[in-house]
Amino acid sequence: MTSGIATPGAGWRKADGAAAQKNQKRRRRGNGRRGRNAEMAMVDEAEFTSYYGRPIIKAPVWKTPDVPLYLFLGGAAGTSSILAALADASARPSLSRVGRFVAGGGAIASVGFLVHDLGRPERFLHMLRVMKPTSALSVGTYILSPFSAAAGATAAVELLGWFPRLKRFGGAVSALFGGPMATYTAVLLANTAVPSWNHFHTKLPFVFAGSAMAAGGGLCMIFTPVDEAGPARKMAVAGAAVELGVVHQIESDESIVSEPYHLGRAGRFMQAAKTCTAAGAGLTVVAGRTRLGAVASGTLLAAGSLLTRFGVFDAGMASARDPKYTVIPQRERMAARDREHASTITR
Amino acid sequence: MTSISSASPALTGNDPKNRLFGPLPDVSAEAGYVEEHPKRVGFFTDTSVCIGCKACEVACKEWNTLPMDDSHGTRDVIGLSGMSYDNTGQLGANSWRHVAFIEQTRVVDLPMPAVGLPGALNRPEMPAPDSGDLDSTAKAQASVLNAEALSEFDPQTAQTGADKQIRWLMSSDVCKHCTHAGCLDACPTGALFRTEFGTVVVQQDICNGCGYCVPSCPYGVIDQRKDDGRVFKCTMCYDRLTDGLMPACATACPTQSIQFGDLDELQERADARLATLQSQGVETARLYGRDENDGVGGNGAFFLLLDEPEVYGLPPDPIVPARDLPAMWKAAATGAAMIVGVAVSAVLGSRRR
Repeated sequence: MTSGIATPGAGWRKADGAAAQKNQKRRRRGNGRRGRNAEMAMVDEAEFTSYYGRPIIKAPVWKTPDVPLYLFLGGAAGTSSILAALADASARPSLSRVGRFVAGGGAIASVGFLVHDLGRPERFLHMLRVMKPTSALSVGTYILSPFSAAAGATAAVELLGWFPRLKRFGGAVSALFGGPMATYTAVLLANTAVPSWNHFHTKLPFVFAGSAMAAGGGLCMIFTPVDEAGPARKMAVAGAAVELGVVHQIESDESIVSEPYHLGRAGRFMQAAKTCTAAGAGLTVVAGRTRLGAVASGTLLAAGSLLTRFGVFDAGMASARDPKYTVIPQRERMAARDREHASTITR
Repeated sequence: MTSISSASPALTGNDPKNRLFGPLPDVSAEAGYVEEHPKRVGFFTDTSVCIGCKACEVACKEWNTLPMDDSHGTRDVIGLSGMSYDNTGQLGANSWRHVAFIEQTRVVDLPMPAVGLPGALNRPEMPAPDSGDLDSTAKAQASVLNAEALSEFDPQTAQTGADKQIRWLMSSDVCKHCTHAGCLDACPTGALFRTEFGTVVVQQDICNGCGYCVPSCPYGVIDQRKDDGRVFKCTMCYDRLTDGLMPACATACPTQSIQFGDLDELQERADARLATLQSQGVETARLYGRDENDGVGGNGAFFLLLDEPEVYGLPPDPIVPARDLPAMWKAAATGAAMIVGVAVSAVLGSRRR
């Protein structure tokens, strides 16, 4: 085919094409570890154009470590509050007490991190002037506010030893909001144009749920006498299993947007997270019934959860900064749509 | 504002009125302007006549008193991008218009076998008949707006002697004022709102700088001013619109590359312009953001481009994140239920003491 004016594209190439290609090759170096990715990337290189390699979408302006810590603390606090309420109902006073402290402390700290992350912290209350189900942050505000109020108050009452009936009520309220508290943050990340978050919008809530259970169970294990900590151990191990399973699904996904979970700092966080979580879960099963084993495995599980949050956060940031993760999936989507369209026409 | 009912599709997934996704004939009415309201306005940016003068950028900065920034959006810094004549670099909190500049080259197998014997295609080295060439040249000269023909006479785009041709693409980018705006969906304070003109504007006295709109825009338009904390973007000169004036950029544009008006009228004009260009042989011309069936329900500010969108730094197939929001809330609810289920069975499955 001669590429004349009549062909779309008309043969026009960027004048400094050679320099742009060199730029892309340099980027590629990191993924030699996985053969499939390297192969996929080579195909992509030919198809992908951008405006001087500049990102198309804006990367989130959220600060790190504020937001990853918020994700971690919110998750740990949410699952701990559920554990505390159930422990209270099944007459496990120590576990209940520890769970309430973890929930209260985590909730208050997470509010602090969230407010600190705002560009205008003094306007935090503006969050409460509307209720918008299309905004995960708005919905989250109406989860976080009652949760942190109830969990914080319950922990305070627990500490002071006053009003046992109010304590039980506060614990129940915080437990009610504990589950949504742990998973809404996944929607917060997924409901953006950030490719490596948005693409996994049905999987991230389960990563965060698993990670929150591992963190909440792990933290409760550390501070609870081992003979009462059985539920914490079980929840932590189950959470770790869910987290490892769904993270594996995300990392082995066919789409190019799973690549940032393997590369650079995010890749190192995810690798360390998997190691910690797996080791923590294994150690819980083997030695969770000894004091030392409980402390060690609980610490590992919490560290694994924290690292997962940092890894997911960083992977999203990396995918936002590189236009290839925006352009290539959208091009693939358009090509798939064209194929579908063509097949309906021929029929 | 019909608060809960208007947004409930986000939770239920039941969206017969296309509140989250899809074509929306009247955005202002959907946003609550139920009584008489002005028609939806917009920009049609015809990049085939853009000369890259950046008058739009200057007019925008002046009218909206935007601070100076460099090509990475850093405030009060003079900096050359070092990549092209484009030293604005991107849209951001301090640049609401951004003229993209792309230099392209192509190998041409001239003379073009457009007019000639049926067998001419097989012999590209054969010169085309003189008469035909003159004919097409005269025709092209007659039409000032024929971009391809212009390139023949422009010293910048004419042939460089060899079989290489160079052209410059220039395009003034701006906030798209989407039918389904990601930033507007994401804003938790109500600072971002839909105006009676169908545009999307930030109320600066409400914005608390949560930054959630920034990654929610599939075009990367809105951004935070770091030292201020709040987010800023094009308002389509809301203040001027309310006084019956055109936005500053459209007023300043010397070639009518930026056209402002009622959106339906602009769309008609754009369709006609596209047809003209295509009849003149500019097959690479295409409209961007014109299709109301696209991922954001069509743009209030749309473009005529001469190459693929990503060449200009635009996403080829943007989709408003909220399209998948019901699925996300469902997954989150399932995850929350799973946590409760695991906790209950962990408690029941553990021996007490």
